Amino acid sequence: MLRMLRRRILESVLSLVFLLVVVFILSRLTGDPSSLYLPETASDAVREEFARAKGFNLPIWQQFLTYMGDLSRFDFGESLRQQRPALSVVLEAYPATLRLVMWTIIAAVTTGVLLGCLASLRPGSLIDRLAVGLTVTAASIPDFWLALMGILVFAITLGWLPTSGMSTPAHWILPVVVLMLRPAGSIAQVVRGSMISILGAPFIRAARGRGLPVRRLVFLHALRNAAIPVITLVGVQTASILNGAVVVETIFAFPGIGRLMISAILDRDFAVVQAAVVVIALAIFTLNIIIDLIYGWVDPRVRT
Amino acid sequence: MTRILKLLLRDRVALVSALYLVCIVVACGLAALFLVQEAAAMKFGSGRLAPFDFARPVRDWLGTDQLGRSVLYMLLVAGATSLSIAICAAIIAAATGTVLGIAAGYFGGIVDTLAMRLADVILSFPSLLLAILFVYLFEPSATNIIILLVISRVPLYLRISRAETLEISRRLFVDASRMLGASNLRICRRDILPMVMPNVLTLVALDIGLLMLIESALSFLGIGIQPPSTSWGLMVASGRELMGTAWWLTFFPGLAISLTAVASSFLSNWVRIAADPAQRWRLELGQGSEGR
Repeated sequence: MLRMLRRRILESVLSLVFLLVVVFILSRLTGDPSSLYLPETASDAVREEFARAKGFNLPIWQQFLTYMGDLSRFDFGESLRQQRPALSVVLEAYPATLRLVMWTIIAAVTTGVLLGCLASLRPGSLIDRLAVGLTVTAASIPDFWLALMGILVFAITLGWLPTSGMSTPAHWILPVVVLMLRPAGSIAQVVRGSMISILGAPFIRAARGRGLPVRRLVFLHALRNAAIPVITLVGVQTASILNGAVVVETIFAFPGIGRLMISAILDRDFAVVQAAVVVIALAIFTLNIIIDLIYGWVDPRVRT
Repeated sequence: MTRILKLLLRDRVALVSALYLVCIVVACGLAALFLVQEAAAMKFGSGRLAPFDFARPVRDWLGTDQLGRSVLYMLLVAGATSLSIAICAAIIAAATGTVLGIAAGYFGGIVDTLAMRLADVILSFPSLLLAILFVYLFEPSATNIIILLVISRVPLYLRISRAETLEISRRLFVDASRMLGASNLRICRRDILPMVMPNVLTLVALDIGLLMLIESALSFLGIGIQPPSTSWGLMVASGRELMGTAWWLTFFPGLAISLTAVASSFLSNWVRIAADPAQRWRLELGQGSEGR
């Protein structure tokens, strides 16, 4: 277990270093790096002074060493727009995204597991087809469009929900539902598949023979065994939920990291973009390692 | 070929999906050739016409925008961009990934290790993060978006074709070929490639929808296709401001994306079975798509 953990951490660190090296090379390849940090209207004198202050006139290997040195101290430079360290701008936006992703995962797992269990009890029934239909459509409908249609129907036409912001629980309903549908569909499919095979397993049939009620059987004994593929899936889905969060935050004016990134791109605020990418990559790697740990806890076979 | 067509005729869902895809590709292709001027033509006095008024000329059937441009024509012209980006990227990614994957699986060694590590690195980042960095450093043009999509999808084809190759190259018929004196290239091309193709084709069919979704999301966010070019995602974005008064401006492009993605996923489901020699009998027995 410890050895596996060590390997995973090492792999993640290597990936991260690789990403940073690529970013460094690309940012130096695209011409004058000071143009990445300075507004497009900056004069030549300003550019030159900036380049000297940042050491862009030094040899490339020396630049690389300072770059890595700065990053290892989590120094991503100043945000152009807000005139303060990029990292603090990013960390301020972080909690909103974290809460959004957390609620989405909770909602997706609950819906997916319930739907998958119900579908597995009667394969081919109406609810089973509903689950399959949900998976296909949710995977095919663009989330930005779904969000806009949700606003059109529930906020503009019916007036039940607010259009944007995050102040009350009602504000969270549309964003979470939009983000949840896709992962919920795939979780339902996986739960359904593994439940069907587990419900036919000898130990379940034995329990059923002993007269255990079906509901207890499904939700207590079978579900525990179906948990492992679901945990894997949640890990994979988190990355795609983050993708979706960028879109949803932009549409619903959520002050999260996704919206921050998009506005930073449009403002050409390179320090913030870079800080955000590194922070998100770190979060995803941490999550993957936590998921590996959960495996060991749920499935005794992994521990060895 | 006729055998495949016969199989397609039997499966209603796959047939409808394929027909839809062919129609939309042809219509958008023709529109890109002949309708560009028409689509950009403004008509004052007939702005924001509601859709489904079939008494009006064809161009107004799906309504008009605030400048009186035809939503139907704009939809077709924008579709040409969206579809060609998705199809190009899927085909290039599949070709590159499959060739690299077969080479990695067949020859192994350092090439294999390097390719797999690189694939791991690319796959471990959320695709949108990669896109955001890429678009920031380069210009968001159609070519760059295709490159970006290819980079993010190659690892998948690489993994699939490598895994298949590893397994196939240990089979008896490959040994037999080798005994008969076939060169490595010939073995890869004649023995391994046909066995890898079903999986790759399935993924290509699925990817066309998926890549279109990614491109449209990027364009919607303003970091994809840039005006004056259009794409479906961009149309949704530009209709957004007027959603309260002219819902059709956002509704139809989004619907077009969804339908195309659904069709490509249904078709991919069918290709998976139809292209696999070991599973084709399921379709030939006439069970259709129910038997899965």
